[in-house]
This record gives sequence, C-alpha cells and structure tokens, in this order.
Amino acid sequence: MARLNYEMNRQKAKVPMPELDPAERAKTFDEVAKGYSEEDAVAEARRCIQCPNAPCVGGCPVGVPIPQFVAQVAEGDFARAYAIVKGANALPAICGRVCPQETQCEGVCTRGRSGEPVGIGRLERFVSDWAFAHPKEAAAALDALREECAAGDEAACGIVRSAEGAVSKDLAGKRVAVVGSGPASLTCAGELAKRGCAVTVFEALHRVGGVLTYGIPEFRLPKALVEREVAKLGEIGVSFETNALVGRLYDIDELMDERGFDAVFVGTGAGLPSYLGIEGEGLNGVMVANELLTRVNLMKAYEFPAYDTPVYAGKRCVVVGGGNVAMDAARTAKRLGADVCVVYRRGREEMPARAEEIHHAEQEGIEFKLLTNPVRVVGDDAGWVRGLECVRMELGAPDASGRRRPEAVAGSEFSIDIDMLVIAVGSKTNPLVARATPGLEVTPRNLIVVDERTCATSKPGVFAGGDAVIGAATVILAMGAGKRAAAGIAEYLASAV
Amino acid sequence: MYPIERVEALNAEVTRMTVRAPEIARKIKPGQFIMLRIDERGERIPLTMNDCDPEAGTVTIVFQAVGATTMRLARMRAGDALLDFAGPLGNPTELAGARRACVIGGGLGTAIAYPQAKWLHEHGCEVDVITGFRTKDLIILEDEINACSARQIIMTDDGSNGNKGVVTAPLQQRIDEGADYDLVLAVGPVIMMKFVAATTKPYGIKTLVSMNPLMIDGTGMCGGCRVKVGDEYLHACVDGPDFDGHLVDFDDAMRRGVMYRSFEGAAREAAAGRVASEGRDCGGSAAAGAVGTGADERKGA
Repeated sequence: MARLNYEMNRQKAKVPMPELDPAERAKTFDEVAKGYSEEDAVAEARRCIQCPNAPCVGGCPVGVPIPQFVAQVAEGDFARAYAIVKGANALPAICGRVCPQETQCEGVCTRGRSGEPVGIGRLERFVSDWAFAHPKEAAAALDALREECAAGDEAACGIVRSAEGAVSKDLAGKRVAVVGSGPASLTCAGELAKRGCAVTVFEALHRVGGVLTYGIPEFRLPKALVEREVAKLGEIGVSFETNALVGRLYDIDELMDERGFDAVFVGTGAGLPSYLGIEGEGLNGVMVANELLTRVNLMKAYEFPAYDTPVYAGKRCVVVGGGNVAMDAARTAKRLGADVCVVYRRGREEMPARAEEIHHAEQEGIEFKLLTNPVRVVGDDAGWVRGLECVRMELGAPDASGRRRPEAVAGSEFSIDIDMLVIAVGSKTNPLVARATPGLEVTPRNLIVVDERTCATSKPGVFAGGDAVIGAATVILAMGAGKRAAAGIAEYLASAV
Repeated sequence: MYPIERVEALNAEVTRMTVRAPEIARKIKPGQFIMLRIDERGERIPLTMNDCDPEAGTVTIVFQAVGATTMRLARMRAGDALLDFAGPLGNPTELAGARRACVIGGGLGTAIAYPQAKWLHEHGCEVDVITGFRTKDLIILEDEINACSARQIIMTDDGSNGNKGVVTAPLQQRIDEGADYDLVLAVGPVIMMKFVAATTKPYGIKTLVSMNPLMIDGTGMCGGCRVKVGDEYLHACVDGPDFDGHLVDFDDAMRRGVMYRSFEGAAREAAAGRVASEGRDCGGSAAAGAVGTGADERKGA
C-alpha cells in the first residue's frame, strides 16, 4: 500500500453533500446538490486508502487517475488535483454530476466492500468547480506539472501528455468537422484542438451541448456550467456553427469535398423517441420525455410567458420508464406542479437510472409503481388523457441479455386517474445522417458501424462515436468514444500527411 | 444573426419577409420549411419556404400575424435580424413525374403551395391552382399564381369576389369535367385538407397534404409533431411534412392542434407587454386568431 501523507478517515459512510430541502427544491429548478466545501472534500478524500491495484481507474470509462487526484485533494492541493483530472477528462464538472458512479468507478471502490465507496464523483465535481473559481491557480498547477516533466519526472510527464494530447500539436492545418455537439462531439473536438487541428462543430439546434443542454435538467446540471465548458473549447480554437442540420443543410460529402474538411466525426446521438405502441398514445396531454425536457430545458418554458415557449403540465402525471430520462421527466413534471407517479415494468433493482436520482425523486415525493406496465391510455370526449390502464408484472426467466423478462400477471389490471402522461421508454438513432451519406454502413437499427479501437466508419475519413454508435447510453461512455475517435482521427490524419 | 432584407404586407394579416440565409437558399426545395427564433426569449416556430433565390442568398417566408411570435415578427423591418433561422427541414414535396396537377391553397396555405405550383409549371406539368379565402381583401399572390398555372380559381367564403364557396366545389367540378389529375396537392387548414382528400379518394387520385402540427425542435427529436398516418404515428418534421391525404387521420390532427390553445392568449398579452415596455410600436394589426405559441403558424386559416 502506498504511503499515506495524511491520516485516513475511517468513517464507513461518505461525507454527506449539502442539498436543497426536498420540499423547497421541488418548486424550483435550482441545482439540488450543492457540492462539497473544501473541508468536506478533504475529509472525503481521506477516506481513500490509496489501494495499489486501484480498481476505480478501471471502472472509469476515460481512465481518470483517481487515487492520484484524490491524494492531492486529501492534502489540500486542489489545483494540482484539477490538473490531474482534467488531463484525462475534458468535462469533469459535468461527469462529476451526471455519471452513474455506482456502476462505474465507485462500484468497484475497495472501500465499498465494507461501507460506502469513496465519493469519487463528488470529489471530481468539487475540484472542477474549485478550479473554475480559481482559474489562475489551476493554470499554474498545469505549468508546474510541465516544469516537473521537463525536469525528468515521469509521472508528471504522463499527466501533461494526457492533458495536451498524446500526439502533441502535430496536426496544425488539418481541418476536422464534428457533427453534433453533445458530450461525444465536445470531447472529440477538444482532444483534436489540443493536437493542433482546426475543428468546426455543426449543431442542428440553436444552442450547443446536445443532451447536456436540452435533456438533463437545470436542477441536475446547471446550463451555465455547460456554457462554461463550451466556452473553454472556444478558447482553444474550436468554432461552432449552430442551426446547421447535417443531412439537410450539408451532407458529409459536401463537408469533405466542398468545404475541405480532412476528416469528419459523427456524434449525432440517439434522439429519436420510442413510443409505447398502445391505444390512446395520441391523446392530448400525452408526450414523450424529450418534448417535455426540450420545452423546459432548451426553451425555458418554466419561465413562460417571460419566455415564449409554453409547456403543458397536469395535476396528476404518470411517467413511464425507469431510466435517467424518466427520473428527469418525473422531477420536471413535479416542479411544474403535478403529482407524479413513475410506472416501470421491472423492479427497483433493474432500474437503469442513477441511484442518486432515484433517491432524490423519492425525497421529492414522487411515487413509484414498480412491476407495472401500461396497456391502454384512456381519454375523454374532447380527446384529453384521463386515465392509464395498467397491469401488474412479475419477473420470469432471464432473456438473451441476461435480464429477467417481465411478464404480465393475468387478471391484475387496474387503472390510474391522470391528466398528463410522459413516455420515457428509450430512444433510437435519428437516421437522417446515415440516409444522407452514401457508403456509411449502419445496423438494422440505424446504429453506425465502427472499428472499436479507432471509431472509423466504413467511409474513409469519417469516424463516429457515442449514442449514434451504441444506442442510448451514458454521458461518460460518449466521452470515452469521443476521446478514442480523436486518437483514431489523429492517427488517420498523421498517416495521410 | 439572419438579416431581414425585405418586408411586405400582402394584406392586413399576411406578411411576406425575405431573409438573408445563403446556405439555406442554396439547398431548400419546395415543401421544405425553416424554424426561426426571433430573439433569446423567443420560441421556435416552423414556417414553410415561399420562395428562394440561391443567387441572392435569400429565403422568402410568408406568415399570418395570429400568435405572439408572428405578431412580433410582423413588426420587424428590413435591417432587423432574426437570431436563429434553421433549415432546410422536412422532405421536399414529391412532384417529379406529375403531368396534370391541381394545387390547392387555403388562406395562408396559398403562399406555401405557390413554390410547388411554380416547380410543376417549370417542369412541364399542366397546373390548375384553386385557392380559398375568407373574403376578397385577403386574396394573396394572384399575379404570381397566374404566371405559373393553366387555370386559377379563387373562392371566397363570403362570395365577395363573386365566387362563393369552398375549394372542394371547383375541385369536384374539374374532376367531373375530365381534368384527369394525376396529383392533387393541398396546403391549408386541416379541415380543408381533410375535405380535399375526401373529394379525391373515390377517384384514387394521388393526394398529398402538407401537415402543420405543433413543432419544437423540427429535427425529429421530440415527437411533438407526430401525425397519425395509417396505423402509426410519424413525425411531420422528418417523415413529412407531406403525407398521403388518404391515410392521414385528420380528426386526430385537429384535436392535437388545439392542445396549447389555453396558453396562446397569455403569450399574446406577454408579447404585447414586452414590446410596449421596450418602447416599440405595439399597435399594428393584431388579428385575432387561434394559432400561437409553439403551433405551426404556416397555414393559419
């Protein structure tokens, strides 16, 4: 075991993070979790035992050197901690807030075997928020690492290399188009800019950020923070074209042949909503979660009429689904004034949502009807939703994916009175780019086929990553793909010199 | 920013606006639309292209001042600019191959049907255009349509132009006379498109309708614009906006079209208040209308 320069904190539980009171916060869109103070952060970091095999690093899709940065926090050197994190992770303030740490870094933390794991996500969030408040110190820490590297310190060199790109600044003059501006694209753009490429990001909407902007609500991820991360990319030379829907305004051949991009990264996500496919889904008062979230997050409909976009909210709302989008939709509907119930066809254990968000939803008074599946939406004569007929489910034998398949219990039908229904049962890939790009191989589900290591598609010079390749997944997996694709693109561009 | 180059009132309610957007002008085809946002607090509204000039780099839109956003839009002048202007969106209308077509426009829909009529005319198709308006003072684009049609038949609800009735009457008459249409295209209020489709159905004439549901993003992401076609819901913004008129569930579309009606009054008042507080002219022609806030304002009746 590495020598600890600090006294370990043997508390079994994480240092609690201050949060807004559940009753109060359910009325506002302010961020729920307030983040650690410096004292909290040091205390939590001292729970890390610096175990030599560091399983946490393997659990992180972008390989953040967790014990190293946590040790710096434990010793109070927050600037150096930030430099270490930022080297591996382009968007730490975002990942610290939205990653499902319980299934990633924290899920394999040695301390989690007896008690709670180290609050790695909370610490990552703390150091990036701290660095934003102390930009000079953060920059100086990176300079210090460079000097140590120059003086021959291998560990410092490793961090500097990952911070500045494995292939350093050797791609000056190369131009890369990035399609979409979600987490995969922002990461890819940042990594390529660090290597000297001129990067242009094309975004169909009027604001960049993808799901970070239109999907994840303000109370979980403040939009100012997304803008701050995007602005940093602008500082290192990434430019943005909004209102530019690739597949309609431009196609990929035009970007390469006419506009002269040497390579293209496609990070268009999985934004096409899925429906339940049951009777009554077209009634008024029924919407998919993307519509609710886009109105509220992107268009600020919760401030209507100061903002022009309205949003319908009922008094009694059911949200169907068990993922993060369902939790976001449920908590959003609650804040718009509805009583909310989440209906999910499997059990609590099977819910894919982040544990903290399920907990927050429960605290805010959101009811859960698990092992329940909707079978019919009922409306009134005017065509508005009035009820949801459901059936109880039980878990049967495991299916091909290893998950136990839910089966309806005969004769268990019951009905819930509602005036609002939000469908959050997943999303599919928008086929627009694939349709408009001859030579781009896709699966029957419109997922783009890529080489696992380089993210290269079947079309030369075109790379892809994130939900467009793997289907709806997490922010951090998208970022990991963006990072791999940047390396793949750099390799491609270097070999084409 | 997208500069406004020209603003012209076509009648007391309808405005034609030419916007500088060279990339879109280069690409946009008849039937496709744009989404615009006036300013930072604005909503996104869809407006279908009325004309474009790739050489000049401009796209022309026509709209009716019926909701909060279109009322504010109608007060903008040449030299002002729109914050966001995104397109082309949707699929171009499938016009190729038509030899004898009837293009039908209801009210503002006339301005959206015009580029299709023009395209057909320029591609060797014999085009009849039937348009319908409430009253003769609201008739628009008469000269433009004359220039690109074999026949133009203009109907008014009140008969003030001497031609009282709805658009389906002359359509039925032309079919009975042996017009032998191989394509009918209808753009206008949902109720009008419903009756056009009902008129052509017994004859099996291919009939396209341009649907106008609520839209938010316009890129296929949110499902706000779903239209029931046959047994399934399709997204007007990516699968449409044109659909087979004999398969569309118009009653479903009409019901969904009023979902946000209760918000529209509040939006209009807020918009008027905001304009007043900014010291701008808030007189204007505030036509009372049903459409607004997130609604597609392309074809207000």
